[in-house]
Amino acid sequence: MDMLKKFSHSSLALPLAALALLLLFNAIFVEDFFVIQVMDNGNLYGRPIDILYRASSLIILALGMTFVLATGGVDISVGAVVAISAATCCVLLGGDVSGIPEHPFFVAIIAALLVGVIAGIWNGTLVAKFKIQAMVATLILMTAGRGIAQLMTDGQIITVYYRPFSYIGGNIPGVMLPTAMIIAFLMVCLVIFLDRKTSLGLMIQSVGINPTASRYAGVKVTAVLFAVYIFSGFCAGTAGLIEGSLIRAADANNAGLNMEMDAILSATLGGTLMVGGRYYIGGTIIGAITIQTLTTTMYAIGVSADALPAVKAIVILLIIIIQSERFKTMFREWRLKSAGNKAAKEASNG
Amino acid sequence: MGKFFSNLAASPMFAFYVTAALFIILFGAGSIAFEGFFSLQVFLNLFIDNAPLIIVTCGITFAILSGGGGIDLSVGSVVAISCMTLAYLMRDTTLSPYICMVIVLLIGIAVGLLNGILIAYFKLQPFIVTLGTMFLCRGLTAIISRESVAINNAEYSDLAFMSFEFGDYFISLGAVIALIVVVICTLVLRYTSFGRGVYAVGGNEQSARLMGLRVDFIRVMVYVISGFCSALGGITFSWIMLSGYAQHALGMEMDAVASSVIGGTQLMGGVAFIPGTLLGVMIQGTILTIISFEGTLSAWWTKIVIGILLCIFIVMQALVTEHRNKLMSLKAESTGKKDKKAAKA
Repeated sequence: MDMLKKFSHSSLALPLAALALLLLFNAIFVEDFFVIQVMDNGNLYGRPIDILYRASSLIILALGMTFVLATGGVDISVGAVVAISAATCCVLLGGDVSGIPEHPFFVAIIAALLVGVIAGIWNGTLVAKFKIQAMVATLILMTAGRGIAQLMTDGQIITVYYRPFSYIGGNIPGVMLPTAMIIAFLMVCLVIFLDRKTSLGLMIQSVGINPTASRYAGVKVTAVLFAVYIFSGFCAGTAGLIEGSLIRAADANNAGLNMEMDAILSATLGGTLMVGGRYYIGGTIIGAITIQTLTTTMYAIGVSADALPAVKAIVILLIIIIQSERFKTMFREWRLKSAGNKAAKEASNG
Repeated sequence: MGKFFSNLAASPMFAFYVTAALFIILFGAGSIAFEGFFSLQVFLNLFIDNAPLIIVTCGITFAILSGGGGIDLSVGSVVAISCMTLAYLMRDTTLSPYICMVIVLLIGIAVGLLNGILIAYFKLQPFIVTLGTMFLCRGLTAIISRESVAINNAEYSDLAFMSFEFGDYFISLGAVIALIVVVICTLVLRYTSFGRGVYAVGGNEQSARLMGLRVDFIRVMVYVISGFCSALGGITFSWIMLSGYAQHALGMEMDAVASSVIGGTQLMGGVAFIPGTLLGVMIQGTILTIISFEGTLSAWWTKIVIGILLCIFIVMQALVTEHRNKLMSLKAESTGKKDKKAAKA
């Protein structure tokens, strides 16, 4: 009982409860939801795997976003950076039908990641050096980013026929799990390592709470801000590779569309505050998985893709209302009142 | 001379002057480069084509001005749901178009009220809340109809094609409404106690509260205004499109924010000038017009140019704010010295 009480007060309680509720709903209403099969080619297959697989790029983006949010900033350019990164990789590989790449595969991968890092440096410069509000600073790249991606692909959708490119979004032959899941897992490990084993997490938090005080305490605020935006850009570059590989093409208009919003939502659902100073890596991951589970569930029960945003919005609004301080006070007052009534009743009975 | 520029940069209207100069330069460049560009009709077309964006930008400026991370991301989807509701009501019911328009405006107010209450009373982040209502309205639009619905009502089409002619030139009803909205918003912000309250809340919420302003009420009202303007923008948008579609006005919220920022609004709140935001929209419109006159440039250049402009304006604002703070601290220092001298004497 004590443990339950402790758990219900922990930050992860609400996101976990939401996810559990969704899974319970699935277990009852969707047939064979939890069944995982091994396909003929040795790959694992099933809805839980599918959810984690589709959530991979969102998890990666949300990890970068969490650190940015923790410093009190926001990076709304990640969706556009995903498009640029996918375009870079596809342009370098080329759309040759014979499947022979124009440049070696590893060059394309490194270039795509580098583009993400450069985008991060750009955002970091504006935020850390010029002291521009994060949302405005990243709005620039968000507006121009898709234009740049279209410029690179010349407004065309470049389809890549080079086979190994599809391994990133699909499976490497002989490996049971989708590559995207493995990448996401590695990123999560990296982030947890940085968070737990270095002082980076503490510094990020202190910058988020009070940058001036942190500077007096000897934290290199500029460097920390740079680091989080570069990491966010790197995450967007990685997600761009996955998104591009999923459709084996560079679609400058639709790659990563609205992903910045989903990434911010994942982090917020996980209990990270947008004003900075408080973040939960675990919560972010659960938040991203919750959003993907919600999407998959809605498809499974036959809600159309266009109507999905409405359902998603209602769930999200409910969750953030429940998380709000005001709701908590209202709930507490209501509990006190009902307890008071009970006591009064007992007294009158006695 | 140096002092003149120093004072100019520190004046609150500096951003407006720069925006106005930029608009004149862009329009002038277009006039020099292309034959037939320099005409009153091309200028009026800027209003006609951008009427919805002008109205929406006026609304979103209120939300941004109120500070505390204030923003309204739901505007684009409210435009979409307005068009869809109009198209649906006129196709499947026999309601008069005017009643349909009133219903649409009420929807806009309702969405704004929801945003405002969640933000002001539940103390939730405006970004997240309006993101939620953005998804909600988009989804609801798609639930009404997934396909595009055409508007065939004769009475409504008359409104859409209504134009005011003077000489060889004409201007559409939507553009006239947009101009009226600009004038009303400017006057409200400048001369009413509510408008001054919005500036006060955006400048410093704590002080505004201590001054006895009803901060929460003002917060709710700015989102209601933003919702109303979005619905009105939706009506003018439907006059251009004459249809309802779930993907209408996709990404309009970011266009509106960009226009507002180019027009001198600071996203931290407390600084905005509505005629400036009008110029912000017109600069975007001029770039589009230049690109269409040029003919060989692709549409994505608009995005890149607007990104560059945004960058210039934002960096300029940062520098100007720094300059102003420096001036203020200098002033404070000199008056402080004077006070000390006076005390000694």
